[in-house]
Amino acid sequence: MIHALVQLSYLVATVLFIFALHWMNAPVTARKGVFAGVAAMVIAVLVTWAQPEIVHHGWIIVAIIAGFAVGIPLSLVPLTAVPQRTALSHAFGGLAAGLVGTAKYYLWISEGPEHLTTFRMVAIIIEIILGYLTFTGSLMAAGKLQEVKWIPQRPVTYPLQNLTNVGLLILAAVVGVALTLNPTAGWAPMLFPVVIVLALVFGVLLIIPIGGADMPTVIAILNAYAGLAAVAMGFVLDNKLLITAGALDGASGLILAIIMCKAMNRSFVNVLFGAFGQAQQAKTGGEDKTYKSETVEGGAQVLEQANLVVIIPGYGMAVAQAQHKVRELYDQLRKRGVTVKFAIHPVAGRMPGHMNVLLAEADIPYTDLVEMDEINSEMPQCDVALVVGANDVVNPAARTDKSSPIFGMPIIDADKARTVFAIKRSKNPGFAGIDNELYFAERTWMLFGDAKNVVGELVKQLSGSGSH
Amino acid sequence: MTESIDYWSLLYVFVLAAFIGLGVIRRVSRLLHTPLMSITNAISGIAVIGSIIVTGGDYPTGIRIMGAIALFASMTNIVSGFLITDRMLKMFKTDRAPKADTKP
Repeated sequence: MIHALVQLSYLVATVLFIFALHWMNAPVTARKGVFAGVAAMVIAVLVTWAQPEIVHHGWIIVAIIAGFAVGIPLSLVPLTAVPQRTALSHAFGGLAAGLVGTAKYYLWISEGPEHLTTFRMVAIIIEIILGYLTFTGSLMAAGKLQEVKWIPQRPVTYPLQNLTNVGLLILAAVVGVALTLNPTAGWAPMLFPVVIVLALVFGVLLIIPIGGADMPTVIAILNAYAGLAAVAMGFVLDNKLLITAGALDGASGLILAIIMCKAMNRSFVNVLFGAFGQAQQAKTGGEDKTYKSETVEGGAQVLEQANLVVIIPGYGMAVAQAQHKVRELYDQLRKRGVTVKFAIHPVAGRMPGHMNVLLAEADIPYTDLVEMDEINSEMPQCDVALVVGANDVVNPAARTDKSSPIFGMPIIDADKARTVFAIKRSKNPGFAGIDNELYFAERTWMLFGDAKNVVGELVKQLSGSGSH
Repeated sequence: MTESIDYWSLLYVFVLAAFIGLGVIRRVSRLLHTPLMSITNAISGIAVIGSIIVTGGDYPTGIRIMGAIALFASMTNIVSGFLITDRMLKMFKTDRAPKADTKP
Protein backbone atom coordinates (compact mmCIF):
# COMPACT_ATOMS: atom_id res chain seq x y z
CA MET A 1 0.00 0.00 0.00
CA ILE A 2 2.69 2.48 1.04
CA HIS A 3 4.78 1.34 -1.87
CA ALA A 4 1.92 2.05 -4.28
CA LEU A 5 1.35 5.52 -2.83
CA VAL A 6 5.04 6.37 -3.08
CA GLN A 7 5.20 5.19 -6.68
CA LEU A 8 2.04 7.09 -7.57
CA SER A 9 3.45 10.30 -6.07
CA TYR A 10 6.69 9.84 -7.99
CA LEU A 11 4.70 9.35 -11.16
CA VAL A 12 2.79 12.57 -10.54
CA ALA A 13 6.10 14.36 -9.93
CA THR A 14 7.47 12.99 -13.22
CA VAL A 15 4.48 14.33 -15.14
CA LEU A 16 4.82 17.71 -13.44
CA PHE A 17 8.51 17.89 -14.40
CA ILE A 18 7.63 17.20 -18.02
CA PHE A 19 5.02 19.96 -17.94
CA ALA A 20 7.52 22.29 -16.28
CA LEU A 21 9.79 21.95 -19.29
CA HIS A 22 6.93 21.91 -21.78
CA TRP A 23 5.69 25.28 -20.54
CA MET A 24 9.14 26.77 -21.15
CA ASN A 25 8.30 26.77 -24.86
CA ALA A 26 6.92 30.31 -24.66
CA PRO A 27 7.52 33.26 -22.33
CA VAL A 28 3.78 33.56 -21.56
CA THR A 29 3.50 30.08 -20.06
CA ALA A 30 7.02 29.74 -18.69
CA ARG A 31 6.27 30.90 -15.15
CA LYS A 32 3.63 28.18 -14.87
CA GLY A 33 6.49 25.80 -15.56
CA VAL A 34 8.31 27.00 -12.47
CA PHE A 35 5.27 26.32 -10.30
CA ALA A 36 4.90 22.83 -11.77
CA GLY A 37 8.58 22.18 -11.07
CA VAL A 38 8.33 23.40 -7.48
CA ALA A 39 5.22 21.27 -6.89
CA ALA A 40 6.97 18.20 -8.27
CA MET A 41 10.00 18.78 -6.09
CA VAL A 42 7.94 19.32 -2.93
CA ILE A 43 6.09 16.05 -3.59
CA ALA A 44 9.36 14.21 -4.21
CA VAL A 45 11.00 15.50 -1.02
CA LEU A 46 8.02 14.94 1.28
CA VAL A 47 7.18 11.47 -0.02
CA THR A 48 10.79 10.32 0.25
CA TRP A 49 11.17 11.81 3.70
CA ALA A 50 7.97 10.15 4.94
CA GLN A 51 9.16 6.64 4.13
CA PRO A 52 9.53 4.35 7.15
CA GLU A 53 13.24 3.66 6.60
CA ILE A 54 14.05 7.32 7.20
CA VAL A 55 14.59 7.31 10.94
CA HIS A 56 16.99 10.20 11.58
CA HIS A 57 15.56 13.63 10.87
CA GLY A 58 17.94 16.10 12.54
CA TRP A 59 20.61 16.16 9.83
CA ILE A 60 17.99 16.28 7.11
CA ILE A 61 16.49 19.41 8.62
CA VAL A 62 19.91 21.01 9.09
CA ALA A 63 21.00 20.23 5.52
CA ILE A 64 17.75 21.58 4.09
CA ILE A 65 18.04 24.80 6.08
CA ALA A 66 21.67 25.14 4.96
CA GLY A 67 20.52 24.62 1.37
CA PHE A 68 18.06 27.47 1.70
CA ALA A 69 20.67 29.67 3.38
CA VAL A 70 23.07 29.28 0.46
CA GLY A 71 20.49 28.90 -2.29
CA ILE A 72 18.60 32.13 -1.68
CA PRO A 73 21.65 34.43 -2.00
CA LEU A 74 22.77 32.42 -5.04
CA SER A 75 19.46 33.20 -6.73
CA LEU A 76 19.99 36.94 -6.26
CA VAL A 77 23.26 37.30 -8.17
CA PRO A 78 23.40 39.97 -10.90
CA LEU A 79 22.30 38.57 -14.25
CA THR A 80 25.78 39.05 -15.69
CA ALA A 81 26.91 36.43 -13.15
CA VAL A 82 24.31 33.87 -14.18
CA PRO A 83 26.81 31.78 -16.22
CA GLN A 84 29.03 31.16 -13.19
CA ARG A 85 26.01 30.51 -10.97
CA THR A 86 24.86 27.89 -13.46
CA ALA A 87 28.29 26.29 -13.56
CA LEU A 88 28.38 26.23 -9.75
CA SER A 89 25.00 24.56 -9.74
CA HIS A 90 26.27 21.83 -12.06
CA ALA A 91 29.16 21.36 -9.63
CA PHE A 92 26.73 20.85 -6.75
CA GLY A 93 24.70 18.40 -8.81
CA GLY A 94 27.84 16.42 -9.66
CA LEU A 95 29.00 16.44 -6.04
CA ALA A 96 25.65 15.15 -4.77
CA ALA A 97 25.67 12.28 -7.28
CA GLY A 98 29.27 11.40 -6.50
CA LEU A 99 28.71 11.38 -2.74
CA VAL A 100 25.53 9.32 -2.86
CA GLY A 101 27.26 6.78 -5.12
CA THR A 102 30.24 6.61 -2.76
CA ALA A 103 28.03 6.27 0.30
CA LYS A 104 25.98 3.49 -1.28
CA TYR A 105 29.08 1.54 -2.27
CA TYR A 106 30.59 1.52 1.21
CA LEU A 107 27.20 0.85 2.74
CA TRP A 108 26.61 -2.21 0.59
CA ILE A 109 30.14 -3.49 1.16
CA SER A 110 29.54 -3.40 4.90
CA GLU A 111 26.04 -4.86 4.68
CA GLY A 112 26.96 -7.81 2.52
CA PRO A 113 28.50 -8.58 -0.82
CA GLU A 114 25.27 -9.91 -2.31
CA HIS A 115 24.08 -6.30 -2.68
CA LEU A 116 26.88 -5.42 -5.08
CA THR A 117 25.49 -6.94 -8.24
CA THR A 118 27.25 -6.31 -11.53
CA PHE A 119 24.47 -4.02 -12.67
CA ARG A 120 24.73 -1.91 -9.54
CA MET A 121 28.51 -1.77 -9.72
CA VAL A 122 28.39 -0.52 -13.31
CA ALA A 123 25.82 2.09 -12.32
CA ILE A 124 27.85 3.17 -9.28
CA ILE A 125 31.07 3.49 -11.29
CA ILE A 126 29.32 5.56 -13.97
CA GLU A 127 27.64 7.67 -11.31
CA ILE A 128 30.84 8.51 -9.47
CA ILE A 129 32.95 9.12 -12.59
CA LEU A 130 30.33 11.45 -14.08
CA GLY A 131 29.51 13.03 -10.72
CA TYR A 132 33.05 13.85 -9.63
CA LEU A 133 34.29 14.97 -13.04
CA THR A 134 31.28 17.25 -13.33
CA PHE A 135 32.06 18.56 -9.85
CA THR A 136 35.62 19.70 -10.50
CA GLY A 137 35.03 20.54 -14.17
CA SER A 138 32.14 22.82 -13.30
CA LEU A 139 34.06 24.42 -10.46
CA MET A 140 36.85 25.22 -12.93
CA ALA A 141 34.34 26.61 -15.42
CA ALA A 142 32.71 28.72 -12.70
CA GLY A 143 36.15 29.96 -11.62
CA LYS A 144 37.07 30.94 -15.16
CA LEU A 145 33.77 32.75 -15.64
CA GLN A 146 34.08 34.53 -12.31
CA GLU A 147 37.68 35.39 -13.27
CA VAL A 148 39.05 33.95 -10.06
CA LYS A 149 42.69 34.99 -9.82
CA TRP A 150 44.45 31.65 -9.62
CA ILE A 151 42.49 30.03 -12.43
CA PRO A 152 43.95 30.93 -15.81
CA GLN A 153 41.45 32.63 -18.12
CA ARG A 154 43.32 31.84 -21.27
CA PRO A 155 43.29 28.24 -22.40
CA VAL A 156 46.21 26.32 -20.94
CA THR A 157 47.76 23.85 -23.33
CA TYR A 158 50.74 21.55 -23.02
CA PRO A 159 52.23 18.77 -25.13
CA LEU A 160 50.32 15.46 -25.23
CA GLN A 161 47.39 17.13 -23.48
CA ASN A 162 44.66 15.17 -25.20
CA LEU A 163 46.59 11.94 -24.77
CA THR A 164 46.94 12.63 -21.04
CA ASN A 165 43.23 13.39 -20.67
CA VAL A 166 42.00 10.40 -22.62
CA GLY A 167 44.58 8.23 -20.85
CA LEU A 168 43.27 9.33 -17.45
CA LEU A 169 39.69 8.58 -18.41
CA ILE A 170 40.63 5.16 -19.77
CA LEU A 171 42.58 4.44 -16.58
CA ALA A 172 39.54 5.36 -14.48
CA ALA A 173 37.38 3.09 -16.63
CA VAL A 174 39.85 0.20 -16.33
CA VAL A 175 39.95 0.51 -12.54
CA GLY A 176 36.15 0.72 -12.64
CA VAL A 177 35.92 -2.50 -14.61
CA ALA A 178 38.30 -4.22 -12.20
CA LEU A 179 36.06 -3.13 -9.32
CA THR A 180 32.94 -4.27 -11.12
CA LEU A 181 34.38 -7.73 -11.67
CA ASN A 182 35.64 -8.03 -8.10
CA PRO A 183 33.39 -5.79 -6.02
CA THR A 184 34.08 -7.62 -2.78
CA ALA A 185 37.79 -8.33 -3.12
CA GLY A 186 39.87 -7.23 -0.15
CA TRP A 187 41.54 -4.50 -2.19
CA ALA A 188 38.28 -3.15 -3.67
CA PRO A 189 37.41 -0.62 -0.93
CA MET A 190 40.97 0.71 -1.25
CA LEU A 191 40.84 0.95 -5.03
CA PHE A 192 37.47 2.70 -5.07
CA PRO A 193 38.91 6.10 -4.03
CA VAL A 194 41.36 5.84 -6.93
CA VAL A 195 38.45 6.10 -9.36
CA ILE A 196 37.20 9.14 -7.45
CA VAL A 197 40.58 10.87 -7.58
CA LEU A 198 41.02 10.10 -11.28
CA ALA A 199 37.56 11.54 -12.04
CA LEU A 200 38.29 14.66 -9.98
CA VAL A 201 41.59 15.26 -11.77
CA PHE A 202 40.06 14.54 -15.17
CA GLY A 203 37.39 17.19 -14.56
CA VAL A 204 40.05 19.84 -13.93
CA LEU A 205 42.17 18.86 -16.91
CA LEU A 206 39.15 18.77 -19.20
CA ILE A 207 38.31 22.43 -18.58
CA ILE A 208 41.84 23.90 -18.37
CA PRO A 209 42.31 24.13 -22.17
CA ILE A 210 38.92 25.75 -22.77
CA GLY A 211 38.56 29.46 -23.45
CA GLY A 212 35.77 31.88 -22.72
CA ALA A 213 34.24 31.79 -26.19
CA ASP A 214 33.58 28.06 -25.82
CA MET A 215 31.95 28.38 -22.42
CA PRO A 216 28.34 28.23 -23.70
CA THR A 217 28.98 24.78 -25.16
CA VAL A 218 30.97 23.56 -22.20
CA ILE A 219 28.33 24.66 -19.71
CA ALA A 220 25.70 22.83 -21.74
CA ILE A 221 27.82 19.66 -21.83
CA LEU A 222 28.38 19.81 -18.07
CA ASN A 223 24.62 20.21 -17.68
CA ALA A 224 24.13 16.98 -19.60
CA TYR A 225 26.74 15.19 -17.44
CA ALA A 226 25.02 16.34 -14.24
CA GLY A 227 21.74 14.97 -15.58
CA LEU A 228 23.28 11.65 -16.56
CA ALA A 229 24.89 11.35 -13.13
CA ALA A 230 21.40 11.64 -11.63
CA VAL A 231 20.17 8.94 -14.03
CA ALA A 232 22.98 6.66 -12.87
CA MET A 233 21.95 7.36 -9.28
CA GLY A 234 18.44 6.26 -10.24
CA PHE A 235 19.83 2.94 -11.47
CA VAL A 236 21.84 2.52 -8.26
CA LEU A 237 18.84 3.23 -6.03
CA ASP A 238 16.22 1.57 -8.24
CA ASN A 239 14.31 4.85 -8.41
CA LYS A 240 12.40 5.77 -11.56
CA LEU A 241 11.80 9.41 -10.63
CA LEU A 242 15.56 9.98 -10.43
CA ILE A 243 15.92 8.33 -13.82
CA THR A 244 13.23 10.40 -15.54
CA ALA A 245 14.20 13.75 -14.00
CA GLY A 246 17.86 13.07 -14.71
CA ALA A 247 17.04 12.10 -18.30
CA LEU A 248 15.11 15.35 -18.83
CA ASP A 249 18.07 17.29 -17.46
CA GLY A 250 20.51 15.36 -19.61
CA ALA A 251 18.38 15.85 -22.73
CA SER A 252 18.27 19.57 -22.10
CA GLY A 253 22.03 19.81 -21.78
CA LEU A 254 22.51 17.71 -24.90
CA ILE A 255 20.18 19.79 -27.05
CA LEU A 256 21.70 23.06 -25.88
CA ALA A 257 25.18 21.72 -26.55
CA ILE A 258 24.15 20.68 -30.06
CA ILE A 259 22.64 24.11 -30.76
CA MET A 260 25.80 25.81 -29.50
CA CYS A 261 28.05 23.54 -31.57
CA LYS A 262 26.01 24.20 -34.70
CA ALA A 263 26.17 27.92 -34.04
CA MET A 264 29.95 27.66 -34.07
CA ASN A 265 30.16 25.05 -36.82
CA ARG A 266 32.17 22.77 -34.57
CA SER A 267 31.84 19.29 -33.12
CA PHE A 268 31.73 18.26 -29.44
CA VAL A 269 35.10 16.62 -29.78
CA ASN A 270 36.53 19.76 -31.30
CA VAL A 271 35.21 21.95 -28.48
CA LEU A 272 36.47 19.65 -25.74
CA PHE A 273 39.78 18.76 -27.28
CA GLY A 274 40.42 21.53 -29.79
CA ALA A 275 41.88 24.23 -27.49
CA PHE A 276 40.24 26.83 -29.67
CA GLY A 277 41.19 30.01 -27.90
CA GLN A 278 44.90 29.83 -28.55
CA ALA A 279 46.15 33.12 -29.87
CA GLN A 280 46.37 32.80 -33.61
CA GLN A 281 49.66 33.31 -35.34
CA ALA A 282 49.76 36.90 -36.46
CA LYS A 283 48.78 36.93 -40.07
CA THR A 284 50.85 38.83 -42.55
CA GLY A 285 49.33 41.82 -44.22
CA GLY A 286 47.41 42.85 -41.12
CA GLU A 287 49.51 45.92 -40.41
CA ASP A 288 48.50 48.17 -43.27
CA LYS A 289 44.80 47.97 -42.42
CA THR A 290 43.43 51.02 -40.72
CA TYR A 291 40.31 51.70 -38.73
CA LYS A 292 38.05 54.63 -39.51
CA SER A 293 36.72 56.06 -36.31
CA GLU A 294 33.63 58.16 -35.85
CA THR A 295 32.65 60.59 -33.11
CA VAL A 296 29.52 60.06 -31.03
CA GLU A 297 28.07 63.27 -32.51
CA GLY A 298 28.40 61.91 -36.02
CA GLY A 299 27.18 58.50 -34.95
CA ALA A 300 24.09 59.95 -33.31
CA GLN A 301 23.22 61.89 -36.47
CA VAL A 302 23.39 58.82 -38.64
CA LEU A 303 21.35 56.78 -36.16
CA GLU A 304 18.70 59.49 -36.02
CA GLN A 305 18.20 59.42 -39.75
CA ALA A 306 17.86 55.66 -40.01
CA ASN A 307 14.68 53.71 -40.61
CA LEU A 308 15.92 50.39 -39.33
CA VAL A 309 18.65 50.01 -36.73
CA VAL A 310 19.85 46.55 -35.75
CA ILE A 311 21.79 46.32 -32.51
CA ILE A 312 24.10 43.32 -32.22
CA PRO A 313 25.05 42.67 -28.59
CA GLY A 314 27.89 40.47 -27.42
CA TYR A 315 29.73 39.53 -24.27
CA GLY A 316 31.32 43.00 -24.20
CA MET A 317 27.89 44.46 -23.46
CA ALA A 318 27.61 42.21 -20.40
CA VAL A 319 31.11 43.06 -19.21
CA ALA A 320 30.47 46.79 -19.50
CA GLN A 321 26.98 46.40 -17.95
CA ALA A 322 25.76 48.47 -20.89
CA GLN A 323 22.32 46.87 -21.29
CA HIS A 324 20.47 49.65 -19.47
CA LYS A 325 22.13 52.35 -21.56
CA VAL A 326 21.27 50.32 -24.64
CA ARG A 327 17.64 50.38 -23.50
CA GLU A 328 17.80 54.20 -23.30
CA LEU A 329 19.18 54.32 -26.80
CA TYR A 330 16.37 52.01 -27.92
CA ASP A 331 13.84 54.41 -26.32
CA GLN A 332 15.39 57.50 -27.91
CA LEU A 333 15.44 55.98 -31.37
CA ARG A 334 11.91 54.61 -31.11
CA LYS A 335 10.67 58.04 -30.07
CA ARG A 336 11.94 59.25 -33.42
CA GLY A 337 10.09 56.55 -35.28
CA VAL A 338 13.18 54.45 -35.92
CA THR A 339 12.59 50.70 -35.89
CA VAL A 340 15.10 49.06 -33.56
CA LYS A 341 15.75 45.33 -33.44
CA PHE A 342 18.26 43.21 -31.62
CA ALA A 343 20.11 40.47 -33.46
CA ILE A 344 20.89 37.58 -31.13
CA HIS A 345 23.56 35.07 -32.05
CA PRO A 346 23.12 31.73 -30.24
CA VAL A 347 26.63 31.82 -28.78
CA ALA A 348 26.78 35.54 -27.94
CA GLY A 349 27.75 35.78 -24.29
CA ARG A 350 28.96 33.07 -21.98
CA MET A 351 25.94 30.75 -21.84
CA PRO A 352 22.96 29.84 -24.03
CA GLY A 353 20.41 32.67 -24.10
CA HIS A 354 22.67 35.03 -22.12
CA MET A 355 21.91 38.14 -24.21
CA ASN A 356 18.14 37.61 -24.12
CA VAL A 357 18.10 37.60 -20.34
CA LEU A 358 20.28 40.71 -20.05
CA LEU A 359 18.12 42.65 -22.53
CA ALA A 360 14.92 41.45 -20.87
CA GLU A 361 16.35 42.68 -17.58
CA ALA A 362 16.78 46.11 -19.18
CA ASP A 363 13.07 46.02 -20.00
CA ILE A 364 13.38 45.53 -23.73
CA PRO A 365 10.33 43.65 -25.02
CA TYR A 366 11.31 40.16 -26.12
CA THR A 367 9.37 40.64 -29.35
CA ASP A 368 12.24 42.86 -30.53
CA LEU A 369 14.89 40.20 -29.86
CA VAL A 370 15.39 38.45 -33.18
CA GLU A 371 17.31 35.26 -33.86
CA MET A 372 20.24 35.22 -36.22
CA ASP A 373 18.52 33.26 -39.01
CA GLU A 374 15.56 35.60 -39.08
CA ILE A 375 17.46 38.88 -38.92
CA ASN A 376 19.97 37.99 -41.62
CA SER A 377 17.38 38.29 -44.37
CA GLU A 378 16.67 41.84 -43.19
CA MET A 379 20.26 42.99 -42.92
CA PRO A 380 20.51 44.39 -46.49
CA GLN A 381 17.60 46.73 -45.66
CA CYS A 382 19.19 47.73 -42.39
CA ASP A 383 20.45 51.33 -42.30
CA VAL A 384 22.69 51.02 -39.29
CA ALA A 385 24.09 47.92 -37.65
CA LEU A 386 25.35 48.85 -34.20
CA VAL A 387 27.76 46.26 -32.78
CA VAL A 388 27.92 46.47 -28.99
CA GLY A 389 30.67 44.28 -27.60
CA ALA A 390 30.25 41.48 -30.13
CA ASN A 391 33.19 40.32 -32.18
CA ASP A 392 33.53 36.83 -33.62
CA VAL A 393 29.79 36.51 -34.27
CA VAL A 394 29.97 39.36 -36.82
CA ASN A 395 33.33 38.52 -38.36
CA PRO A 396 32.92 38.04 -42.13
CA ALA A 397 36.08 35.90 -42.12
CA ALA A 398 33.75 33.09 -41.04
CA ARG A 399 32.26 33.21 -44.55
CA THR A 400 35.33 33.92 -46.64
CA ASP A 401 38.62 33.06 -44.98
CA LYS A 402 39.30 29.33 -45.05
CA SER A 403 42.36 29.72 -42.84
CA SER A 404 40.42 31.42 -40.06
CA PRO A 405 39.68 29.32 -36.97
CA ILE A 406 36.07 30.46 -37.13
CA PHE A 407 35.61 29.62 -40.83
CA GLY A 408 32.18 28.11 -41.45
CA MET A 409 30.60 29.52 -38.31
CA PRO A 410 27.21 31.10 -39.07
CA ILE A 411 27.39 34.84 -38.38
CA ILE A 412 25.10 37.83 -38.21
CA ASP A 413 25.55 39.66 -41.50
CA ALA A 414 26.40 43.02 -39.99
CA ASP A 415 28.58 43.81 -43.02
CA LYS A 416 25.52 43.86 -45.28
CA ALA A 417 24.02 46.85 -43.51
CA ARG A 418 24.36 50.26 -45.18
CA THR A 419 26.42 51.57 -42.28
CA VAL A 420 28.13 49.68 -39.47
CA PHE A 421 29.10 51.23 -36.16
CA ALA A 422 31.21 49.02 -33.94
CA ILE A 423 31.80 49.92 -30.32
CA LYS A 424 35.08 48.53 -29.12
CA ARG A 425 37.06 49.01 -25.97
CA SER A 426 40.51 48.97 -27.51
CA LYS A 427 42.25 48.30 -30.77
CA ASN A 428 43.29 44.80 -29.67
CA PRO A 429 41.77 41.73 -31.30
CA GLY A 430 38.86 39.97 -29.55
CA PHE A 431 38.85 37.04 -27.18
CA ALA A 432 39.81 34.47 -29.75
CA GLY A 433 42.66 36.67 -30.88
CA ILE A 434 41.29 36.86 -34.40
CA ASP A 435 41.35 40.03 -36.44
CA ASN A 436 37.88 41.13 -37.44
CA GLU A 437 37.64 42.20 -41.07
CA LEU A 438 34.36 43.92 -40.37
CA TYR A 439 36.23 46.68 -38.54
CA PHE A 440 38.24 47.52 -41.63
CA ALA A 441 35.34 47.37 -44.08
CA GLU A 442 34.45 50.37 -46.19
CA ARG A 443 31.13 51.02 -44.52
CA THR A 444 32.33 50.47 -40.97
CA TRP A 445 33.12 53.22 -38.52
CA MET A 446 34.54 52.49 -35.09
CA LEU A 447 33.36 54.09 -31.87
CA PHE A 448 36.22 53.46 -29.45
CA GLY A 449 35.53 53.37 -25.75
CA ASP A 450 33.76 51.49 -23.00
CA ALA A 451 30.42 50.25 -24.34
CA LYS A 452 28.44 51.78 -21.49
CA ASN A 453 30.05 55.21 -21.92
CA VAL A 454 29.77 55.25 -25.71
CA VAL A 455 26.11 54.25 -25.72
CA GLY A 456 25.50 56.75 -22.91
CA GLU A 457 27.09 59.51 -25.01
CA LEU A 458 24.95 58.54 -28.01
CA VAL A 459 21.85 58.80 -25.82
CA LYS A 460 22.97 62.22 -24.59
CA GLN A 461 23.46 63.43 -28.15
CA LEU A 462 20.05 62.19 -29.20
CA SER A 463 18.17 63.56 -26.21
CA GLY A 464 19.98 66.90 -26.45
CA SER A 465 19.39 67.51 -30.14
CA GLY A 466 16.10 66.05 -31.06
CA SER A 467 13.35 66.60 -28.51
CA HIS A 468 11.76 69.60 -30.20
CA MET B 1 17.33 -12.30 0.66
CA THR B 2 17.57 -11.92 -3.07
CA GLU B 3 16.70 -8.51 -4.36
CA SER B 4 15.08 -8.76 -7.71
CA ILE B 5 15.20 -5.48 -9.54
CA ASP B 6 13.75 -5.28 -12.99
CA TYR B 7 16.75 -3.70 -14.69
CA TRP B 8 15.16 -3.84 -18.09
CA SER B 9 12.22 -1.73 -17.05
CA LEU B 10 14.62 0.84 -15.59
CA LEU B 11 16.44 1.01 -18.91
CA TYR B 12 13.14 1.37 -20.77
CA VAL B 13 12.16 4.22 -18.47
CA PHE B 14 15.48 5.92 -19.10
CA VAL B 15 15.33 5.64 -22.88
CA LEU B 16 11.70 6.75 -23.11
CA ALA B 17 12.26 9.65 -20.71
CA ALA B 18 15.27 10.74 -22.76
CA PHE B 19 13.17 10.82 -25.92
CA ILE B 20 10.39 12.75 -24.20
CA GLY B 21 13.04 15.15 -22.92
CA LEU B 22 14.49 15.66 -26.40
CA GLY B 23 11.02 16.26 -27.85
CA VAL B 24 9.98 18.73 -25.16
CA ILE B 25 13.26 20.66 -24.96
CA ARG B 26 13.50 21.05 -28.73
CA ARG B 27 10.39 23.22 -28.59
CA VAL B 28 11.68 25.51 -25.87
CA SER B 29 11.93 29.10 -27.08
CA ARG B 30 15.49 30.20 -27.80
CA LEU B 31 14.71 33.33 -25.86
CA LEU B 32 14.48 31.22 -22.74
CA HIS B 33 17.60 29.11 -22.96
CA THR B 34 19.16 30.68 -19.87
CA PRO B 35 16.02 30.17 -17.73
CA LEU B 36 15.76 26.66 -19.20
CA MET B 37 19.22 25.93 -17.91
CA SER B 38 18.45 27.24 -14.46
CA ILE B 39 15.19 25.30 -14.20
CA THR B 40 16.95 22.10 -15.23
CA ASN B 41 19.53 22.91 -12.54
CA ALA B 42 16.68 22.90 -10.09
CA ILE B 43 15.26 19.68 -11.53
CA SER B 44 18.68 18.02 -11.27
CA GLY B 45 18.28 18.74 -7.56
CA ILE B 46 16.15 15.57 -7.67
CA ALA B 47 19.32 13.96 -6.34
CA VAL B 48 17.72 15.14 -3.09
CA ILE B 49 15.82 11.83 -3.05
CA GLY B 50 18.95 9.73 -2.90
CA SER B 51 20.49 12.16 -0.42
CA ILE B 52 17.55 11.94 1.98
CA ILE B 53 17.63 8.14 1.88
CA VAL B 54 21.35 8.08 2.68
CA THR B 55 21.17 10.82 5.32
CA GLY B 56 18.09 9.62 7.18
CA GLY B 57 18.61 5.86 7.12
CA ASP B 58 19.97 3.90 10.06
CA TYR B 59 23.52 3.86 8.72
CA PRO B 60 27.06 4.51 10.03
CA THR B 61 27.90 8.16 10.68
CA GLY B 62 30.45 8.47 7.87
CA ILE B 63 27.86 7.42 5.31
CA ARG B 64 25.26 9.78 6.70
CA ILE B 65 27.73 12.68 6.59
CA MET B 66 28.21 12.09 2.87
CA GLY B 67 24.43 12.02 2.51
CA ALA B 68 24.01 15.27 4.42
CA ILE B 69 26.56 17.08 2.22
CA ALA B 70 24.82 15.72 -0.88
CA LEU B 71 21.46 16.82 0.54
CA PHE B 72 22.81 20.32 1.17
CA ALA B 73 24.19 20.51 -2.38
CA SER B 74 20.92 19.31 -3.97
CA MET B 75 18.80 21.59 -1.82
CA THR B 76 20.95 24.57 -2.84
CA ASN B 77 20.32 23.69 -6.47
CA ILE B 78 16.59 23.36 -5.94
CA VAL B 79 16.21 26.64 -4.06
CA SER B 80 18.50 28.79 -6.17
CA GLY B 81 17.43 27.15 -9.42
CA PHE B 82 13.70 27.73 -9.08
CA LEU B 83 14.08 31.21 -7.54
CA ILE B 84 16.42 32.55 -10.21
CA THR B 85 14.36 31.00 -13.01
CA ASP B 86 11.28 32.80 -11.77
CA ARG B 87 13.24 36.00 -11.29
CA MET B 88 14.45 35.90 -14.90
CA LEU B 89 11.09 34.90 -16.36
CA LYS B 90 9.41 37.87 -14.71
CA MET B 91 11.64 40.11 -16.83
CA PHE B 92 10.38 38.79 -20.16
CA LYS B 93 7.62 41.14 -21.25
CA THR B 94 5.99 41.87 -24.58
CA ASP B 95 5.86 45.59 -24.05
CA ARG B 96 6.69 48.03 -21.35
CA ALA B 97 4.56 50.66 -19.74
CA PRO B 98 4.08 53.09 -22.61
CA LYS B 99 6.20 55.84 -21.09
CA ALA B 100 8.30 56.31 -24.22
CA ASP B 101 5.27 56.64 -26.45
CA THR B 102 3.18 59.06 -24.41
CA LYS B 103 5.52 61.97 -24.99
CA PRO B 104 4.72 63.96 -28.13
